[in-house]
Amino acid sequence: MSTRALHQAFLAAAEHFPERIAVVEPGEGEISYRQLADLSGRTRDQLRARGIGRGDRVGLYLRKSIDTVAAIYAILRAGAAYVPVDPGAPPARNAYIMHNCGVKLVFSESRVTEKFCAELEAIGATPQVIALDDVGAGLALGRWLETQSSALPFAQEADISANDDDLAYILYTSGSTGKPKGVMLSHKNAVSFVDWCSEVFEPRETDTFSAHAPFHFDLSILDLHVSLKHGATLVLITEDVGKDPMRLAKIIAEHRISIWYSAPSILGLLAQFGNLANLEFPDLRHVLFAGEVFPVKHLRILCGLWTKPRYFNLYGPTETNVCTFHEVITPVPEDRSVPYPIGRVCSHLLGKVVDENGTTVERGAEGELCIAGLGVMQGYWGLPEQTENSFLVDPQGTRWYKTGDIVVEESDGCYIYRGRRDRMVKRRGYRVELGEIEAGLYKHAQVKEAAVVAVPDEEAGVRIVAHLSCKAQAVPSLIEMKRFCGENLPLYMIPDRFVWQQSLPKTSTDKIDYQRLKEMA
Amino acid sequence: MNTEELKQAIKNYIIQEFLPGENPDNVTDDLPLISSGILDSIATLKLVLFIEERFGITLEAHETDKENMDTLAQMVATIEAKQK
Repeated sequence: MSTRALHQAFLAAAEHFPERIAVVEPGEGEISYRQLADLSGRTRDQLRARGIGRGDRVGLYLRKSIDTVAAIYAILRAGAAYVPVDPGAPPARNAYIMHNCGVKLVFSESRVTEKFCAELEAIGATPQVIALDDVGAGLALGRWLETQSSALPFAQEADISANDDDLAYILYTSGSTGKPKGVMLSHKNAVSFVDWCSEVFEPRETDTFSAHAPFHFDLSILDLHVSLKHGATLVLITEDVGKDPMRLAKIIAEHRISIWYSAPSILGLLAQFGNLANLEFPDLRHVLFAGEVFPVKHLRILCGLWTKPRYFNLYGPTETNVCTFHEVITPVPEDRSVPYPIGRVCSHLLGKVVDENGTTVERGAEGELCIAGLGVMQGYWGLPEQTENSFLVDPQGTRWYKTGDIVVEESDGCYIYRGRRDRMVKRRGYRVELGEIEAGLYKHAQVKEAAVVAVPDEEAGVRIVAHLSCKAQAVPSLIEMKRFCGENLPLYMIPDRFVWQQSLPKTSTDKIDYQRLKEMA
Repeated sequence: MNTEELKQAIKNYIIQEFLPGENPDNVTDDLPLISSGILDSIATLKLVLFIEERFGITLEAHETDKENMDTLAQMVATIEAKQK
C-alpha cells in the first residue's frame, strides 16, 4: 500500500471542489474547501515557524468550530499529531493530558487560558500556549494569523510528508487508575478506517454530514475525515444544541443532513422529544450510531418516524475505531426486544473470539472479542506495560487488540454483544472507567470509602451509583457532592445517585464487595 | 401565582425529581444548577418540559441554556417575563 497521510484526501478534495462548502458552523459561518485549505496551510506555516514538525504533538483545547477543524488540518500538515481534549472538562484534567503526552504547543481559548496555564505550571508543563479570542467561523484563527509575522524563516513550505506509521492523533479515554490514557493512532490506522467508510457508505460530494460527537471522541474521525475526503459538507453541532432534541431536529432538517452519526442516546431523545413527525427530512439517507447499546424500544420509534434512511449499528473501541457493523433492517418488528447484533468484522480488520487463556472458542460460545489489522492502535502513550497487556500476540506475530467486550459469534461471522470483562461502562456514548470516578470521589475531604457501580436502566442504559462512607458524622449534601464531582470529573462521569453508609460491605479478604453493592442497587 | 409560589413550584419539582432527600434550604435562589453539573442534560430537558406545561409558556432555545436558566432566580425571571 502506498504511503498516504490522513490530510491528503482532504487536500485532493479541495483541488477538485474548491468552491464547495466544506464546513458549516450554524449561526456563525461557513468555509469553502479552498478557504479551509488556505487557512490550514497558513496556520501550518506558523506551526512550522514555531518548530513543530514530524513526531511532535499539538493540543487542542477549543470548542468545536471551523477554527478547530482548520487547526486539526494545520497540525497534520505540519507532520504532527493532534490531541483534542474536552473543552468542558476540568482544566486540571486537560493540563494533565497535555503534560502526559508532552505537547509542544496548545491552541486554547482566551476564556480558559488563565486557569489552564496555572494548572500547567502547577505540574511543570511548559508548552507554548496560543490563546484565541472568540473562537468561531474560522475568524479567530484568521485574526491570530494576521498578528503573526508573515516573514517566515523558510520559503512557502509544502506539507510534511508523514510516514504512515507516524501518529495522526491521540485520543484520551477514561483510565481505571483515575488518570486518562492516550490512545495513539497512526495515519495508517486512520486512513484504513476512513477508506472502509468510503467503501460501505459511499459518500458523495452532495452529502451533508453531521458532526455531533465532540472532537476528542472517536466518532469525530468519521465525521471529519470521511466528509472532507469526499467533497461533502460537514455541519458542526455544538454541545448545547447537540443535547437539545428540539433544536437538533430543526438543524438536521434545515441543513438537510444526509448522513447522521452519533451515540444512540441522543437519537433516543430525538425520537421521543424531537417533534420529528412535524419536520421533513427528505435528504437523510444514512443513520449511523455507535458507542453503546441502542435500546430497541427507542430505535423502533425512531425508525417509525424516519422511514427512509438506512440504519447502521457500528461497534468498536477507540483503540480500533469501528471494527464491526450491522445494518438494521427496518421496520423494527413489534415483538423484538433484544438489541441488534454488533455484526460482522469490517473488511480492513480481522476478528476472533478467545477464552481466558487466549484460545479461540468454538462458534456459539462466549468469549472476548479480539481485533487485528490496519486500524488497530499503536498503543497507549507512555504506558508500555498497559499497551503490552492489551494485546494478544499469536505465534505468527500478529497483534490482536483485546477489546474487553464479551461476545458470541452467532452465524457466519455475525457477533452479538454480551457485556464487559472489566469495570468500564458506556454512558451517553462515553467510556467511563468506574475506577476514575472513585479516584475523583476520594479527593473529597469527607470521603472515607468510595465504590462505584453501574446498574442497568431501561431508560438511560445504565445508572451510576456511588456508595460512600464518611469520615464525619454529618454526610455532605447531594448538591455538595454533585458540585464537587462537577469540579473534578467530566460531567458525563457524575454519578446519578450517592448512597452513604456506615461502612461499605467487605468480602472475606476484606476487599469492597462490589457484588453486594450491585445487588443493593 | 406570585413570584414566591412560582419559585416554590419549580423548586419542589427539582428536588422531587432530581435531588430526592436534599434539604430544600440548600437549593438557594442563586445555586448554579446546570453549569455545576447538578442537573444533567436529560434532567434539564425534563425541567424545561415541566415549566412549559405547568406555566403554559413556550421557551425558545436560547432561553433554556445555562446563561439564562442556570439558577432558580433566572428561571423565575424568564417565566415571569414570558407571562406578561
